Amino acid sequence: METVKEKKKSTDSKKTIKVSGAEALIHCLLAEGVETMYGYPGGAIMPVYDELYKFQDKLTHILTRHEQGATHAAQGYARVSGKVGVAIATSGPGATNLVTGLADAQIDSTPMVCITGQVTRQLLGTDAFQETDIIGISTPVTKWNYQITEASEIPEVMAKAFYIAKSGRPGPVLVDITKNAQIEAFDFSYEKCTAVRSYKPVSKPDTNAIQAAADLINSAKKPFIVWGQGVILGKAEEELKALVEKAGIPAAWTIMGASALDTAHPLNVGMVGMHGNYGPNLMTNECDLLIAIGMRFDDRVTGRLEDYAKQAKVIHFEIDPAEINKNVHADVAVLGNSKETLGLVLPLINENSHQAWHNGFKEKYKIEFDTIIKNDIHPTKDGLTMGEVIEEINLASNNKAVIVSDVGQHQMIACRYAKFSQSKSNITSGGLGTMGFALPAAIGAKMGAMDREVVAIIGDGGYQMTIQELGVIFQHKVPVKIVVLNNEHLGMVRQWQELFFERRYASTVMVNPDFVKIAEGYSIEAKRISERKDLKATIQEMMASKEPYFLEVKVEQEDNVFPMIPSGASVSEVRLK
Amino acid sequence: MENKWFTISVYSENNVGLLNRISGIFLKRHINIESLNVSKSEIEDVSKFTIVAHTTEKWVHNIVGQIEKQIEVIKAYYHTDDETIYQESALFKIASGLLFDERQIQNIIKDNNAQIVTVSRDFFVIAKSGRRNEIDEMHDQLKPYGIMQFVRSGRISVTKDEMKISAILKEF
Repeated sequence: METVKEKKKSTDSKKTIKVSGAEALIHCLLAEGVETMYGYPGGAIMPVYDELYKFQDKLTHILTRHEQGATHAAQGYARVSGKVGVAIATSGPGATNLVTGLADAQIDSTPMVCITGQVTRQLLGTDAFQETDIIGISTPVTKWNYQITEASEIPEVMAKAFYIAKSGRPGPVLVDITKNAQIEAFDFSYEKCTAVRSYKPVSKPDTNAIQAAADLINSAKKPFIVWGQGVILGKAEEELKALVEKAGIPAAWTIMGASALDTAHPLNVGMVGMHGNYGPNLMTNECDLLIAIGMRFDDRVTGRLEDYAKQAKVIHFEIDPAEINKNVHADVAVLGNSKETLGLVLPLINENSHQAWHNGFKEKYKIEFDTIIKNDIHPTKDGLTMGEVIEEINLASNNKAVIVSDVGQHQMIACRYAKFSQSKSNITSGGLGTMGFALPAAIGAKMGAMDREVVAIIGDGGYQMTIQELGVIFQHKVPVKIVVLNNEHLGMVRQWQELFFERRYASTVMVNPDFVKIAEGYSIEAKRISERKDLKATIQEMMASKEPYFLEVKVEQEDNVFPMIPSGASVSEVRLK
Repeated sequence: MENKWFTISVYSENNVGLLNRISGIFLKRHINIESLNVSKSEIEDVSKFTIVAHTTEKWVHNIVGQIEKQIEVIKAYYHTDDETIYQESALFKIASGLLFDERQIQNIIKDNNAQIVTVSRDFFVIAKSGRRNEIDEMHDQLKPYGIMQFVRSGRISVTKDEMKISAILKEF
């Protein structure tokens, strides 16, 4: 932090120093408050790594075991801390390995800056060794990207990169730097970016829209809130809670919005979407007013659009104008930052309690509890369920852990049953559905919130997609808790095969290695359990450990996740079995 | 919703890579760009893309939203043909001998309000501006005599309504 202050001082006085492009890049990162970055070296980025070596007391570089791991770690770091995650890689394959993480960050609006090395300017377009057009490749999956070919461009472009990544609807930015630009010396000075002509990150709230929204809320008999990650990104958790409580509105969340409001809050009625809760999905088609806050009506949330909330008026609180009327028509669109817009609506809202309407959610919950939840978290059959593992983690962590999930059945179960008492606690790949996300994201999450307990919940399939990142946990003793829920299948695909492909289990049966031995190979304390009698004590032991800890839980092989809205069905057609 | 012709006008910074970003938005939605023109605009340092697509209003709304979201885009609009004044340009390269041997060619040039741009020993070039159907008609008329080369530009258009880009630029 010292360095940041020094840098600011030098910025104020506009002093310049003669440095190489690579050193300038480090000064830019320090000026932007970067403390930790994730990456992998290679030929075209070596001058930057040489400077990272010199600045290692000020800037921590974590060597992931694959560039994809660097992006997910940067994402995990960004999602828990609210800061910009930074990943760095070399040209060619190093750069292309970032693409999955960029796409994930783009669709889940995660602020991230990726830096790639590039062949020297004179070699561009010659098919040089490890040359690839990463600007062309990354264009559709970045909020912005830019190729630097002269050292003197570095300060302005880096300032712009950080500003764009974190402002408005956040997203990933890629900066590609040719090797000559890393080596050339120039007169460096740094000024933070505060505006870009042609880019308007946040609209000013329109008072007419605010009033129209308040009028609709005040006159609604059966209002229903569905919030998304926009509440977390906009830091509007308090405003959401105040709105829910003042107007007495049942509120549900998308998986990206999870944890913005305490799961124990009486008006928090659960999750919407394909494997969301029964009540919120059904009641979407019974409410008279749907209040969407910082969410984008993903198809996994809406089911068949032609039958989605057609009876209701819709208010859409949203920062991104392109989301308005994209999938669902908004009767009132309130553009702007959610903290600001909800804050403006609040004083215009009448106190209310929609008790009878809220009771409807409770009745639906009871049906769901009796048919599904009870058996998931308090099973009576022999085999272990994923749900009871999550429930034990809730108990052992007192609902305070950051839960980082991968993609598949375990993810849906984790999102359904994890209890959250604080925001920024559910880190998962929501939009892209990237298997392999959780292990590296958990590393980043732990480093972004060292005071918090971080538990990665991963399936046996996704775990093996980025398993090499155990090397980072080993090398840096990152005290994450890794729970692999092993059902020996690619469970979600298997579930679909069971339900929709007459049980033809094409390539979904996994033949797995000994995960405990692999963890032990990295000197990580590791246990495997397969019986209920060992569950509570082992999870308590894991949560009490101050070290990294690996736990494999052998769960039922052919359990399914319910409720379920089959692909293409309406939210009203949610299935309990 | 039925497919219609839309002209999308994009005011932007003049940066490397922006064309790729904009065309990628069409690609992602599997929508063809029927014509594309990039030029300077009425405002200094601001470029203008004129893109024609045949699609539904729902998709053109979606596309324009995504284009406008790009960092270097100042403003994007879409218009139907009724709301714009638009033209295309075409060049016809014809063997010089025909100009003297076939009297009808001179009539075609006159009737279509086209101009002869250049005449050389071997060929001459006719320029024609107008609506797509006017250029197609002239093409049909010249075709029997033999066209050595033909090229038609993308659509360029101006809107009947005011664009107010200068005012928008002041807001940033």
